[in-house]
Amino acid sequence: MSASRPMSASPMSASPMNASPVRANAIWRIAAAVALLAVVAAVPLTSNVTLVHVGVFVLMYVGMAVSWNIFSGFSGYISLGYAVFFGSGLYTVAIFSKHLNLTGSTVFAFLPVGAVVAGVIAIPVGLIALRVRRHTFVVITIAIFFIFQLMAYNFGFTGGSAGILPPYLNWDPNTFNNPFYYIALIVAVGSMVLAWGIWGSRFGLQLRAIRDDEDRARGLGVKTMRVKLIAFVISALIAGVLGGLYFYFQQEALPEFAFNPFLDLTIALMVFVGGFGTLWGPVFGALLLEPYLGYAQLQISNSYVSEIVLGGLFLFVILVLPRGILPTAREKLTALRAGQQRRSAAKGASPPSGMTASAVQAGSGSPSTGSMR
Amino acid sequence: MTLLRAEGICKAFGGVQALRDCSIDVEEGSIAGLIGPNGSGKTTLFNMITGYGRVDSGDVYLNEKKITNLPPDKVFALGIGRTFQLTRVFHRLTVMENMIVAAHHKERSGQQGSGRSLNPFARAGGPATRKRAMELLEFTGIAKLAGDRAETLSYGQRKLLELSYVMIADPEIILLDEPAGGVNPTLIGTIADRIRELNKQGTTFLIVEHNMEFVMGLCDRVTVLDFGCPVVTGPPDVIRNDHRVLDAYLGTAEEDDDSSAA
Repeated sequence: MSASRPMSASPMSASPMNASPVRANAIWRIAAAVALLAVVAAVPLTSNVTLVHVGVFVLMYVGMAVSWNIFSGFSGYISLGYAVFFGSGLYTVAIFSKHLNLTGSTVFAFLPVGAVVAGVIAIPVGLIALRVRRHTFVVITIAIFFIFQLMAYNFGFTGGSAGILPPYLNWDPNTFNNPFYYIALIVAVGSMVLAWGIWGSRFGLQLRAIRDDEDRARGLGVKTMRVKLIAFVISALIAGVLGGLYFYFQQEALPEFAFNPFLDLTIALMVFVGGFGTLWGPVFGALLLEPYLGYAQLQISNSYVSEIVLGGLFLFVILVLPRGILPTAREKLTALRAGQQRRSAAKGASPPSGMTASAVQAGSGSPSTGSMR
Repeated sequence: MTLLRAEGICKAFGGVQALRDCSIDVEEGSIAGLIGPNGSGKTTLFNMITGYGRVDSGDVYLNEKKITNLPPDKVFALGIGRTFQLTRVFHRLTVMENMIVAAHHKERSGQQGSGRSLNPFARAGGPATRKRAMELLEFTGIAKLAGDRAETLSYGQRKLLELSYVMIADPEIILLDEPAGGVNPTLIGTIADRIRELNKQGTTFLIVEHNMEFVMGLCDRVTVLDFGCPVVTGPPDVIRNDHRVLDAYLGTAEEDDDSSAA
């Protein structure tokens, strides 16, 4: 037991040094983010149709990965039922536009409706699925997903396996992608801001407490079911918007693409690659993988090859970087810095660092023990 | 006045009768001890009181108000805080964040109407909460670790963190499950001092502990549990010399450990 004290002391001595540059960097970070956003927003100005087309998909996946992470990453409940809400939003928008004969830019007015329907569907789904945890939860979400896919195949109002045709958008093909690009950008950035806002908030803290120990959180007064359900619905709302956007962009509402198991796996993989339950991990993962997926779809004739590569990548991440690229990289960097500091401290100071650390800690452990006795 | 009262609690796990007709009273302002051999039902009794399991029969009262089988969050909101035998902190949150999670309930009820900002993205834990959290961390002596992730804490420090974050909600009574288990002697002294100090400020304690010196030195009354049933209750010096206690600890074969699983 006494052996564990110096070990626990080393991260303590490192933390104050990490804390101050973070604040000093805040302005630079904001400036960099604004500059980056300006560059990303300027992409359609290049008039490169292919680039913008890929960009729409990348941004949609960023939005999906980030919103998936808001629920699954923060709470630790791995959902493979994200496509339920993506598909529900997609079909909602499809059905509305079919019956109302929408054309022109008014079609986008129904994206929020898709979101709301997806969010409403998330309430009963969440109330059922969130009663169980871990592997059972994963299995339940998969089961619910297949129920929705089956319904899309078999109900009359979904058009069955023939799907629903979108309204004809007679827009200029050179700029056709642009509105989709900007909406996807708004959703992606909006999701990121939302995730960032939630992270440090009371709600986010409760979610992360649930991830670490749900029963303990409950024992400290956290209304766990309500917190989980709200996060689940937020995630579904964003999925619904993106589903609706996908419908107009891809001009199809087919059961196998609206409720696509591959979508669930891809999003989960993106988040795991980048960093599960972190703020930037999902963004990084989506930016890394979606260009590859787009490229593979165009360049590799056998589509299974790209999926095999993805599967291999998943295995690699689980085996070598179980926490994802960003957290692992940050950890390595911190360890490197701490090592350098320790070395430079050892050169200067006379007592070995382990001794000083444990002395500091003994002081902090019982400051008034002496006076009490 | 009796603050916490359990009356005729029965609880079975399959064929194992963990608690049989178990009744205890805890007086307001006292430090009560609960001892007994492994598997005698001490932790099960804690679980039944704090909502981490449903009783088969019997009732639990806090201030003469029935709280039987209420969920853990409600029990906590009513003023019963507890710690766990194996410490349970949120290991990927910082020490300060751990404190803030526990303070949420208090924030909500304390500032009703005027209080908490309507902005859902407001940073968790207002200045008042953080100040109070720092005071408590200083009180338990782990204030220097406030910015560290809880997983970097040693076992003993986690025990202190658990005590601190239970205290931030100002519970009327705190149930401690082996606060001294696996903790070095200096830290045990610190923990005992802190409990005594809090008790002077009006907090009631119910403590499960195997460390006899700790229990006997701290508690006003001690209850001995054996086979899920209180054998004897009394002041420490009476308990120390009671033959039934010696029987329970040294006598016949010991039970399974099932019931003590948290």
